[in-house]
Amino acid sequence: MKRFKNIIEINLFKITGRLFWSPDKEKKSIIFIYLLFGIMLSSTSLTAKDVIVGKSGEVQSIQEAIRMAETGDRIFIPGGLYQERNIIIDKTVTIWGEDRPVIDGENQSSVFIIKANGVIIRGLVIKNAGVSYIEDNAGLLIEDARDCVIENNDFINNFFAIYLSKSSYCTISNNRIQGNATRESSSGNGIHLWYCKNITVEKNYISGHRDGIYFEFVQNGLIRDNQSEQNLRYGLHFMFSDSCKYTSNTFKKNGVGVAVMYTNRVEMTHNTFENNWGSASFGLLLKEIRDSLIRGNIFYKNSTALYSEASNRNRIEKNVFTQNGWALRLMANSMDNQIVHNIFEGNSFDVATNSRQNFNQFNENYWSNYQGYDLDGDGLGDVPYHPVKLFSFLVQKNPPGIVLLKSFFIQMLDMAENILPVITPETLVDKNPRMVRHYD
Amino acid sequence: MIEIRNLSKKFDKIPVLKDLNLKLEAGKVSAILGPNASGKTTLLKSILGLVKPDSGQIYINNQSLNGNWDYRRMIGYMPQFAKFPENLSPREVIHFVEKLRGNPAETDQELYDNFQILNELNKPFRTLSGGTKQKVSAILAFLFYPEILILDEPTAGLDPVSSQYLKKKIEKEKLNGKTIILTSHIMSEVEEIADDIIFLVEGNIYFEGAINRILDDFSEKRLESAIAKMMQDTRP
Amino acid sequence: MNTSAQIGKYEFFNIIRNRWIIFYTILLLIFTDLLFRFGGDNPKVFISLMNVVLILIPLLSIMFGIISFYNSREFIELLLAQPIDRKRLYLGIYAGIVIPLSLSFVIGVSIPFIIHADWNFDKFWSFLVLLITGICLTFIFVAISYLVAVKNEEKVKGFGIALLLWFFFTLIFDGILLLILFMLDEYPLEKFSIILTLFNPIDLARVLLLLRLDIAALMGYTGAVFHKFFGSFMGFTVSGSTLLLWISIPIFWGLKSFTQKDF
Repeated sequence: MKRFKNIIEINLFKITGRLFWSPDKEKKSIIFIYLLFGIMLSSTSLTAKDVIVGKSGEVQSIQEAIRMAETGDRIFIPGGLYQERNIIIDKTVTIWGEDRPVIDGENQSSVFIIKANGVIIRGLVIKNAGVSYIEDNAGLLIEDARDCVIENNDFINNFFAIYLSKSSYCTISNNRIQGNATRESSSGNGIHLWYCKNITVEKNYISGHRDGIYFEFVQNGLIRDNQSEQNLRYGLHFMFSDSCKYTSNTFKKNGVGVAVMYTNRVEMTHNTFENNWGSASFGLLLKEIRDSLIRGNIFYKNSTALYSEASNRNRIEKNVFTQNGWALRLMANSMDNQIVHNIFEGNSFDVATNSRQNFNQFNENYWSNYQGYDLDGDGLGDVPYHPVKLFSFLVQKNPPGIVLLKSFFIQMLDMAENILPVITPETLVDKNPRMVRHYD
Repeated sequence: MIEIRNLSKKFDKIPVLKDLNLKLEAGKVSAILGPNASGKTTLLKSILGLVKPDSGQIYINNQSLNGNWDYRRMIGYMPQFAKFPENLSPREVIHFVEKLRGNPAETDQELYDNFQILNELNKPFRTLSGGTKQKVSAILAFLFYPEILILDEPTAGLDPVSSQYLKKKIEKEKLNGKTIILTSHIMSEVEEIADDIIFLVEGNIYFEGAINRILDDFSEKRLESAIAKMMQDTRP
Repeated sequence: MNTSAQIGKYEFFNIIRNRWIIFYTILLLIFTDLLFRFGGDNPKVFISLMNVVLILIPLLSIMFGIISFYNSREFIELLLAQPIDRKRLYLGIYAGIVIPLSLSFVIGVSIPFIIHADWNFDKFWSFLVLLITGICLTFIFVAISYLVAVKNEEKVKGFGIALLLWFFFTLIFDGILLLILFMLDEYPLEKFSIILTLFNPIDLARVLLLLRLDIAALMGYTGAVFHKFFGSFMGFTVSGSTLLLWISIPIFWGLKSFTQKDF
C-alpha cells in the first residue's frame, strides 16, 4: 500500500517539477497556483486509505465499505459472490476487484449507482440488474458524474449494463458485456448514454442486448475498437449526438444493424458492418445526417449495406461494399452527398433510389458490374456507369417483385434500359468508373 | 385363331372401322385388301394393340385382348416401313428384342441365313438401305417362331431374291399351322401366297372368302382383274 | 433385368452416340471453362452458370426431347408390337434420354469446376444445388417435350409448341408476373408472388439457386412473409417438392396419353 502512495507522490513531483522548470516566465503565477493545488492534492492522497471488504472482516458489505470510506479511498473486493444491490457510490472512490468478485443484483433493481465524480471501477463481475418497465435498472447507473473510469469489468445478464446520464469526461473500456435479451420490450441496452459529453467508449465487447451502444444527446463522444454483435435491435443506436466519432468498430449480426440519426458532423471511419441480414436489416442506416464523413468502412453481406434518408452534404469515400443485397440505397431526399473512391463488388444491386432525380455526385468508384472499356489507358472507364438498374427501381416501387431477381426477363429489361434509359435517373452516373479494384 | 367381334374405331370422329366381324383361322394366309384408307392398317394395328378400338372385342385363341399385352409374345410383326434407332446396329437391335423376349433358347435363323446380311450387321442403321432395314424387320418378325404373323406389305423394298425367300418362308410357316395375315397391293403376289381374301371398303367388309370364290364370283381368271371389278362396283 | 431398364439402356446407347449430345457436352465444357478462365473463381461465375442452367438447359432439353421422340417413333411402333407394357416402354425411352442429357450437363459443368474452383464447404453446397436444379430442369423439360410429342402427331406443330412453351416459361411468364404485381400493387402481394413462382419451374429453380447465392438481397426486403419463406427450411422444402411435382406431372400426363394413344 505504501507503494501506491509513492507512485502518486512521484507523479505529482513530475508534474509540479515540469511546471517549475518551465522556461515560460509569463506562466509563473499559474505555476504557483498549480503548485498549491498539487500540494493540497498530494496531501489528501497521502492520507487516503484502503478499505477491504471481507465476509470475515469488519467490513461485511460493499455498501458498508463505501459508507466507511472517505474521498479518495480505495475499496478492495476480493473474489467471491456478493448479493447486493442499489449500492450507492456518492464519494470519489476507486472500487477494485481482485480475482473477479461477482456482484449479483438478483434480478431486482440496479447493482451500482454512481453519483460522485472521479469514481473508478475495475475488475468486477456485475450481474443480474433486474428487468423493469418503469425504472432504467442497470449494472452500473452513472448519474450526474464526471471523470469516471469503468474498465475491465464483466457485465452479465443485466437489464441495462452501463447507463450514463448527464455525465461527462468518462472512459468506458475493455468491458465484456453479455446480455440475454429475447424480446425488445423487456430488454435494455449494453452501453447507454443520455445527455453526456466527452465520453470515450473503447475496446468493449457487447452482445445480447437490445441496442449494443446507445447514444442520445451526446457531444464529443468517441467510440473506438468496440465489437457489438447479435443484439436484438441496433449494434449502435445514435441520435442527436453532434461531433462524435466512431472508428474501427465491428458491428455484426445485429437485428437491424447500425442507425445514426438526426446528427451533424459525425465521423464514421474504418468500421466493419457485416452479416446484418433479414427483413428491414441494414449495415448502416443514416437518417437526417449532415456534414459527416463515412470513410474506409467495410460493408460485407448485409441486406442493405448503407441506407440514406434525408441526409445531406456527407462524404462517403473509400468504403468497400462486398456481397450485399443493396450496397447503397439513396432516397431522393438525400442531397449533395459525395460518393467517391468506393469499391462495389458482387452486390445484387449497387445503387437503388426512389426517384428519377438525383442530387448526389458519384465519381471514381470501382464497380464490379461495370462492363465498359478504357481505351485511353488512364485507369478510368471511357463509358459512364449507371449503377441504378431498372429492376432495382422496380423493386423499390413494388417490393414483391424481388422474386424475379436474376430472371432472364429482368436481365433483358435491364439491358434495354441501359441502352435507352427512360425510368432510371439519367444523372445518377459515375462518369469515371475505375477499371480495377484499388486497395488504398 | 383370331376372332374379331363388332370392332369399331373412329379417328377424329371419322369412322375407320365400322362394326367389323371377322374370323381368321390357323394354317391359312389371309390377305386384307381394299382401296386406300379402307381401314387395312387400322385393322392390323388393332390386332397388335397399337390402336385402341372404341368398341368391340378381339379374341386370340378365345382369349379377349382387353388391355393385355403379353399375348404379343405370340405375334411376329413386320411394319410397312421399318425404321430403327439411327445409331444402333442390326445386331444390337436384334439382341435387344431377344432380351425383351426373355432370351429364348432357340430362334428361327432361317431368314438370317438366307438374306445374307452378315456384312451389314454391325453398321449403324443410318448407313443402311431401305431394303436392308426391311430384311432386319422380316428377320425380327419370324425370329421367335410366332403363332401369328402380321405382315404389312412384306415384300415392298426387297430385292427379287430376298422377296422369293420371304414368300417361301411364309408358305412354310403356313404349313406349320401358323395364322398369317398380310396386306399387299401386288395382286400376283397375293394370288401366289394367300388362301383367303378380306376386302375392306370404308371400314366394312365387302367380301370375305377364298381366292377361288372371288375368281368364280367375278368370272375372272386373275385376281387383279377380279379386285379391279370389285373396286369399280364399290365406287359410289 | 427390368423391361424399362432394358429399353432405357438401348435408348441411352442410341443417344450417346448422337453427335448432338457430344456437342452439348463440349459446349458446356468450353463455356464453363471460359467462365472460370476469364471471370476467376468468384460469385460472378456462379451467376453466369446459373444463367446456363436457367436458360440453356430448358431449351436444349425440350428440343432434344422432341427431336428424339419424333425420330424414334417407328422404333416405338416396332417395340409396341413386342410383348411389352406401354408404361414401361414410355418410362424406358424417357430414362434413356434424360439420363444421358443429365450426365452430359454434370460432366460439362463439373470438370471445369473441379479444375478451377477453390473448394470449400459452402461452395460445394452451392455447386451441388446447381447440379440438382440443372438435373431437375432437364427432367422437367424432357418430360414436357415428350408430352407435347405424344399429343401432337405433326412434327412441325410439336416443335412450335415446344419452343413456345420454352419461351413462355423463360420470358413471358415473368413478364406477366411483373405486370400483375404492378396492377395489384395496393394489395399485399408477398404470398401471392411466392405462389405465382411455383407455377413456373424455371422461376422455382431460380429461387432455389438464389437461396444459395443471393440470400442477402432476398431477405433485405421488408416483408415478414418473404423473410419467413426464403429464410427458412420451409422455403427449401416447398420449392423442392414443387419441383418434384413439376417433374412427375408431365411424366404421368405423358404416360397416360401414351398408353391411350393410337399408333
